[in-house]
Amino acid sequence: MRATCENINNFNILTVQDERIDAHNSGELKDTLLQMIARGDTQIIVQLQQVRFIDSSGLGALLAGNKHIVAKSGRFVLVNIQPQVLSMFELTRLNRVFEIYADINDILNNET
Amino acid sequence: MCIPLLQVDVVIPTETKYLDLIGCIGERIAKKVDGFTGDREALAYQLNLVLTEATANAIKHASDDDLQHTVRISIHLHSNALHIKVYDYGQGFDLDTVPIPDFEHPQESGMGLFFIRSLMDSVTYTRQADYNVLEIIKYLK
Repeated sequence: MRATCENINNFNILTVQDERIDAHNSGELKDTLLQMIARGDTQIIVQLQQVRFIDSSGLGALLAGNKHIVAKSGRFVLVNIQPQVLSMFELTRLNRVFEIYADINDILNNET
Repeated sequence: MCIPLLQVDVVIPTETKYLDLIGCIGERIAKKVDGFTGDREALAYQLNLVLTEATANAIKHASDDDLQHTVRISIHLHSNALHIKVYDYGQGFDLDTVPIPDFEHPQESGMGLFFIRSLMDSVTYTRQADYNVLEIIKYLK
């Protein structure tokens, strides 16, 4: 999985660069998130602007990240989700589980 | 069964790196459907997703003693419906015992078949002599 990581305003921002998250790369996404949490990151933003397709395993990887960070009283935020991808969160009602913002600046500006 | 307008048969190794290929075929077919009045972008995503989930499921359930190590996907486009069959040579499973996901306590796995059932019009899974077939129908309006 291609992704970049940067730190802004105490958030660790993971930007997924792949257009597609499926059973081929979702394990890698989950591992990356769990490694970030294991090293002490407690405020993670996953930027999904480039992702135009996600399947159930991709949602599962994000759920794993959310579950582990919430257990540590941290924040796990999803931003810039493409409309078709967002519809998968709505179909599974995961839009009620995740903290979601339309744009990354919506959360970064709110926190400054 | 009448002759399909379009027929695509693909055989892939049981490796997830081919999911992209199968999903893209579904998207491209959605864009070729004549007379479809619904949301074509949504249909393209749905076919991509359903083919991805069904194929990933077949790969996952392929047993170690499966000497074929392949998954066969057959797509038939008719004027009013799309028929998808995904053949696997694993041990199979009972579709009727697969539960609906618990939305109040979501789990990391178990959403794939929910997607297929939610987005398509008919889903069956049957055991044949030496293989299993997941048959999916999507009516095109």
